Amino acid sequence: MEVFRVVKPGLFTTVQDLGRSGFQRFGVPVSGAMDKYAFTCTNMLVGNQASSACWEVTLFGPELEALNDVQVAVAGAKFSLAVNCDTVPLWQTLNVKKGDRLAFVGSARNGCRAYLAVRGGIDVPVVLGSRSTYVRGGFGGFEGRALRTGDVIHAFAPQSLLEAWRVLPPELIPNYEKESAVNVVMGPQEDVFTKKGIETFLSNTYTVTPESDRMGYRLDGEPIERKITTELVTDALMQGSVQIPGNGKPIVLMADAQTSGGYPKIAIVTTAGVSRLAQAKPGDAVRFVRVSLAQARAEFLEFSRVLSGLSGRLVKESF
Amino acid sequence: MGDRAVLVKFGESIDLSINRKVHALCRAIEQSKIVGAEECVPTYASLLVYYNPLKTSYERLVYQLKDLEPKLDEFSAKIETWQVEVPTVYGGEFGPDLLNVAKHHNLTPEEVVRIHSETEYTVYMIGFIEGFPYMGKVPDSIATPRLETPRLKVPAGSVGIAGNQTGIYPAESPGGWQIIGRTPLKLFNPHARQPALLQPGDRVRFKSITEAEFEKIRKE
Repeated sequence: MEVFRVVKPGLFTTVQDLGRSGFQRFGVPVSGAMDKYAFTCTNMLVGNQASSACWEVTLFGPELEALNDVQVAVAGAKFSLAVNCDTVPLWQTLNVKKGDRLAFVGSARNGCRAYLAVRGGIDVPVVLGSRSTYVRGGFGGFEGRALRTGDVIHAFAPQSLLEAWRVLPPELIPNYEKESAVNVVMGPQEDVFTKKGIETFLSNTYTVTPESDRMGYRLDGEPIERKITTELVTDALMQGSVQIPGNGKPIVLMADAQTSGGYPKIAIVTTAGVSRLAQAKPGDAVRFVRVSLAQARAEFLEFSRVLSGLSGRLVKESF
Repeated sequence: MGDRAVLVKFGESIDLSINRKVHALCRAIEQSKIVGAEECVPTYASLLVYYNPLKTSYERLVYQLKDLEPKLDEFSAKIETWQVEVPTVYGGEFGPDLLNVAKHHNLTPEEVVRIHSETEYTVYMIGFIEGFPYMGKVPDSIATPRLETPRLKVPAGSVGIAGNQTGIYPAESPGGWQIIGRTPLKLFNPHARQPALLQPGDRVRFKSITEAEFEKIRKE
């Protein structure tokens, strides 16, 4: 079913789901939504499966013309959203009629990314087990690329439309601060750094630079001192890996993380931390907080519990 | 590693016997269907094992992995590998660094081509970009360090040398390897069931071809 024509594409709007698993051994990044929390919320708000494909909107959002009556929801970074010039809220179901214009107005005020879900889920082909776009590789999502003006987007026809609004209670809406603290598990190459280097890493704030994207966040700040400077044998990377290249400034790998690399990894940001970091935009600050593996595990289990409990927390109001 | 992976290290060097253990453990984990183990990423000397913390724990998984260790030789012996021939045009615009490599070793370009194509390489791992095979070992007689300044664009199919490694760029990408030739083979296809042409453990030989043969193979 045709749902939208792209009037303006926004800065970088891509189709994402929960990512592709099982292909990292072939050098294929996982990809998928950067902020799993906001992503899951949008799907729940239109009654989709947790894994349905949505749009990920970055800093400047798109303007869309509805080609059919659809139910949508937007959640994530604080955008001004309008239907035919009337401001409409984020974090709840919206009814959009054929011919309506749905527009992200201006840029994200807090946070960096928002998700747009359409009831039924975005309909693009599954490539290597996922609908996520991997722009560098040119595959997945909508023709392997970000949206452009004139693109016509399809969604799966829902079996039925929702008969009540779904609204996320205000206490579940995150505040995206200009400074965020994320938890890290130290290692696996902590021993490459001096004691002073590790202290520097844990006691300073780092700024997100404009050279940050879905592949990784390049941070600026106090350089981290190394003890061993010989080149390491290339090994595996994962989302959240904090690499320290020659200049001593951290690079945190995000959703499109390459699968292997040779820079030493001082620590790994937790799964929940990576989702939170996804909302940091250039100029925002990040602090790294060392946690034990047991604490990281507890955080992971709590994050999973929150995500799987979201649909039960929604308030339903009749239209 | 992090809150949902275990990194198993077998060594710190590029060595075939270490790499075999990495792939044997990868195979062993898949065949023993360990609960909660989700994805394995083999590299030169270590294996990254992702797990689902809702289904298992770090401690439990480490315990199970240690249990597999004595059986690795058995798994290693059973891994099926293929011999693959990679047709390659050496030198000229397809291999702009062939002369560098020759000069670095006081060899003629023809001697570099002979040595590179006479050697059988093993695919140690796939990484860097999708489908990029890291292969070794390049004989010391032609092993050459990376370029001092990486190129912003290396064409798809480029065959390169970096130290004792040789590799093939599956897609156009920035890169710092010494490019000595180009193959018309397509190394990665996301729409195929088996997306990467080369698999870890495969044995690879390069075959010198002409530009006319390159065009012919490319069109097939």
